[in-house]
Amino acid sequence: MSERPLKSPAPADADDEPRPGRARKPVGWSMITIAVLVAVSATLVWRRDGLSGVLDILTHDLTLFGGILPRVLAGCLLGAFIAEILPHEKVSRSLGPDSGLKGLLIGAAFGAILPGGPFTAYPVASALLTVGADFGATIAMVVSWTLIGYGRAVAWELPIMGTDFTLWRIVISLPLPVLAGAFGRFVYVRMYPKGKGS
Amino acid sequence: MSTALLIDIILWGSVAAVGFIAYRRGRTVMTTSLREGALDFINIVPRIALGVIGSGYIAAVIPQQVITGWLGPNSGWLGVLTAVIAGAATPGGPVVGFSIGAVALRAGGGSPQVLAYVVAWALFAFQRLLLWEIPFMPARFVWFRAAVSVPFPFLAAAIAMAIGRP
Repeated sequence: MSERPLKSPAPADADDEPRPGRARKPVGWSMITIAVLVAVSATLVWRRDGLSGVLDILTHDLTLFGGILPRVLAGCLLGAFIAEILPHEKVSRSLGPDSGLKGLLIGAAFGAILPGGPFTAYPVASALLTVGADFGATIAMVVSWTLIGYGRAVAWELPIMGTDFTLWRIVISLPLPVLAGAFGRFVYVRMYPKGKGS
Repeated sequence: MSTALLIDIILWGSVAAVGFIAYRRGRTVMTTSLREGALDFINIVPRIALGVIGSGYIAAVIPQQVITGWLGPNSGWLGVLTAVIAGAATPGGPVVGFSIGAVALRAGGGSPQVLAYVVAWALFAFQRLLLWEIPFMPARFVWFRAAVSVPFPFLAAAIAMAIGRP
């Protein structure tokens, strides 16, 4: 099970819900790519800075990893709980393909207030897809989290990039999640004209 | 690091809140969620270990000066295009992406170009797609979302040029 096809196996348009439970992927090509990239970079660092350079980075990154781990757990639990407790019918009505601008706005608002980092956003986005949100609303949510979400802006961008840049960057980004969601929907219905049933 | 603490509190508070709702729904809902969440966690940890522990090496070998040199204020739309490609190609976590952006600004990079860089990096940094999005979400959605996002760094740069900010 070490390889997966590049494209997900053409999901029969009629019913492509990967239920029950989200599909868990074993080691795949994405991980191999990263592993190769890391191995090459580590070798370059070793040739340039010697063993101490390699160890310096390793200690730093191990600390980072240790700090992230509990948040990853929190994110996975959050995603799992949300997938279980959100009423599917309601989600597909307010975030589904026919939810219109309102669905995109809800998705964008949800992404903006979602706490945590990628370890929260992606499991939750996956959960939303599972319970009936369409690509458009989920795109609005992910894009909103990444561009407007306060977590990354407060923790990283503000201190590194400065207040002026960060605030203007966020102001300029405000319309983007809904636009991206709308664009996604626009493309989606043309790529998959049969729709997702129902 | 009080912001980090605050974010942790909000995060775990949210987990507790939805956990409580699940608990009220009954035992099976609770145990199913816990099991699903734990399985996700176990599944994801090796990937994150590889990504987080490895990204320091990747960040250490990318030539920052080369990237920032391309984003000058007179580089115009070519600079924006370069910025978008550089943003997509930038590996590593938020520290790397924002640091390169900050260096570019300080080295005299144009604001619209740096903005396009940061937005592109936030939207579809290749390593993040592979490391974070693919493991958690259906691959079809990840690629679709990334493709749909491509015009938006350009739009952000256009807005920045139009309003003359930041």
